[in-house]
Amino acid sequence: MIEKEVVVIGGGPSGLSAAVEAAKRGAEVLLVDENLRAGGQLFKQIHKFFGSSAHKAGVRGIDIATELLEQARECGVEVWLNSVVVGLFNERKVAIKRTLTDNSEKLEIVQAKKIVIATGASENAVRFRGWTLPGVMGAGAAKTMTNVNRVLPGKRILMIGSGNVGLIVSYQLMQAGAKVVGVIEAAPQIGGYGVHAAKIRRAGVPIYTSHTIREAIGSKSVEKAVICEVNDKWQPITGTEKILEVDTITIAAGLKPLIELAMMYNCKCSFIPQLGGWIPLHDENMESTISGIYLVGDATGVEEANTALEEGRLAGIAIAEALEYISLENARKLKKEIWQRLNELRMGPFGEARMLAKNNILTGCKKQ
Amino acid sequence: MRVDNHVILGKDERKEIVEIQVDGKTIHAKKGEMIIAALMANGIRINRYTVKKKEPRGIFCGIGQCTDCVMVVNGKPNVRTCITPVEDRMIIKTQYGVERSNG
Amino acid sequence: MVLREIGYLTKKELVDSNCYPSEERFNKGLVVIIECTEEIPCNPCEAACKFKAIKIGKPITNVPILDEDLCIGCGVCIAKCPGLAIFVIDKTYSDNEGLISFPYEYLPLPLIGSIVKAVNREGKVVSSGKVIKVLNNKSLDRTPVVTIAVPKEKLDEVRGIEKLESKDSK
Repeated sequence: MIEKEVVVIGGGPSGLSAAVEAAKRGAEVLLVDENLRAGGQLFKQIHKFFGSSAHKAGVRGIDIATELLEQARECGVEVWLNSVVVGLFNERKVAIKRTLTDNSEKLEIVQAKKIVIATGASENAVRFRGWTLPGVMGAGAAKTMTNVNRVLPGKRILMIGSGNVGLIVSYQLMQAGAKVVGVIEAAPQIGGYGVHAAKIRRAGVPIYTSHTIREAIGSKSVEKAVICEVNDKWQPITGTEKILEVDTITIAAGLKPLIELAMMYNCKCSFIPQLGGWIPLHDENMESTISGIYLVGDATGVEEANTALEEGRLAGIAIAEALEYISLENARKLKKEIWQRLNELRMGPFGEARMLAKNNILTGCKKQ
Repeated sequence: MRVDNHVILGKDERKEIVEIQVDGKTIHAKKGEMIIAALMANGIRINRYTVKKKEPRGIFCGIGQCTDCVMVVNGKPNVRTCITPVEDRMIIKTQYGVERSNG
Repeated sequence: MVLREIGYLTKKELVDSNCYPSEERFNKGLVVIIECTEEIPCNPCEAACKFKAIKIGKPITNVPILDEDLCIGCGVCIAKCPGLAIFVIDKTYSDNEGLISFPYEYLPLPLIGSIVKAVNREGKVVSSGKVIKVLNNKSLDRTPVVTIAVPKEKLDEVRGIEKLESKDSK
C-alpha cells in the first residue's frame, strides 16, 4: 500500500489551491484528477474574473489555471492524471483506478493522513419533449466544445437559463462565431449580473423572462424549439407559443455538488437549495464532520471560481497546520485573511443567500 | 465548424492531422483532439441509437459523466467520445443499443 | 430595477445611479462612463486608474463612483473591467460628431476608416459610425478597444457595433 500525507481528489481551482498551499509548506501531496489535464473548469473560463484586484480579479480563468499548474509543479505536488478515485475506505484509504504512463490501468490503495474532496459539481438537466435529440446539451458541454476543443456545437443556439453561466456561455458562443437566437428564463427576472446581461443585449440577443421551453423538434437532431410564456405559478400559458429556428439548445439550469465520495465516508450532509442541493458540511477549517476529511469548492456548495480558490487555500493551510508544517500562530493569521476575503466575495445581493447558507453550514457542522 | 481564430484563444496552431474512419468514411482529425470534436467539426452529431426506441443521441454533458456520446471505437463499445482522444487510423462506429466488444 | 427584467440600463437608471458625468464635464473633453449599478464584489476599475478617479473602497461591493474632475478619459479602465461596462465618450470631437470607445471582444475586428452599424444597449442599429481607432495591444489582455465617430446626439445611446461577418484571418 502506498502512503501519502495528503491526497487531493480533483484538480480544479479548489483542489489545486489546497495542494499548493499544503505542498509549499512541506507536506507530501498527491493530486488525483480523472481528466487528461488538471484545471477543472478553469480552462473553459476564457473571461476575466470579478472580485478583488489584489486577488486575481481581472485575470482570465485560463491564465489562472496555467499559473496554478505551474505552482503545483514547482511545489512538488505529485499528480496522477486520467485516474479516478473509485472509493474511500476506513481510516482514510483512497482507492484509485490509476492510468500509468504506458496507458495500462492499475488499482492502487493509498493510505492518506488527510484527504481533500474537491470533486466539483455537475449540471442539472431540464426535461422537455425532444430533450434527448442530438443538439440538446448542457451549457458546460457547449463551452467545453468552443473554449477547449475549438469546435462550434451548433450555429443557431437557444440558451435555457439566465444565471451567470447562461449569460456568460451565450457570450462565449458568440465569440466562437455562433448566433444566440435567445435566452429564456422561467423566473420573471434575469438571474445573473446586469453587466453580463448587458453584454449580450448589446449584441442583439433577446432575453425572454417568464418563458420556458415546451419542445425541441427535429427528426435526427434539433431543428426548432418551441418556447412559451409561464404565469406566476410557473405554468405554461397556452397560446403564447413561439417557434425559434435553432439547431442547438443549451441548458444552464444550475449545478449540483458531486458528493458521492463524501457520502461514502459518512460525512454529514444537509439539503441546502441555495448552494445546489445536498451539501457535505464543513467547519471553519473546511474539515467535514469526519476528522481528516476536508471539503472544498463546488463540492461543498456551488459558488464561483474565486471562492473555490480561497476555500482550497484555507484547507491547504489547515492541513499544513494539522500536520505541523506551520505554526498555530501563522495558520491563524493566514486563515483569518482568507475568511475576510471569502466574506467579501459573498457580500451584496448576489452573494447574501450563499453567505447565510455557508454560515449555517459552519454552525451545523459538529464533529462525529 | 472549427474555430480557427478566436479573439481570446488566438489562432489554432495545431497542424498535425490524423485520419480516422467513421462508419466506413475517412475523415481528418487534429492529432490529440477528442473524438467528439473531430466528429462535430465534420458535421456528425449522432453518436448512437438507443436500445428500445432506436432514437438518436449525441453529446450532452461533455465531460464524461452522462454517456450519451458513447460509440464503438476500435471494436470496443461504450467509449465516451467526449473525453477520448483520436488516434491515427482509429475505427469509429455509431453504436446501436448495447453492443458486445469484438476485439 | 428595470435592468433585472430587460437586461440593460435605461438612461434614467444611469442618471439616477449617478453614473452620468455632467454636461459641463462632457463639454470639456474625453470622459468615462461606468455603466455598473449593482453591488458585486469587484474593483479592478479602481485599481486600474492611475489618476484615482474611480472610487470603490471597502467593501468592494460598493458601486464605483467616478470623480469627473480627476478623470481625463484615458480609457485604461475600459479593458480592465471584467463586466465590459466602461465606455469613454468625447463630445468635443467636432461640431457634429462625437467619439465613443468601447470594449469589443469579437473577431473580425473592424478596420480603421470603415463604416460600421452602431448599436444601442438593446443591440438595435441607431446610426452608422466611422471607425477611428482599434486598439489590441498586450496591455489590454485580449480585450480590444474600438473607437467610432457617430452623430453627437447618438452618444447617449450608442454602446457598440453590430457584429461583423466572419472572414478568414485577422
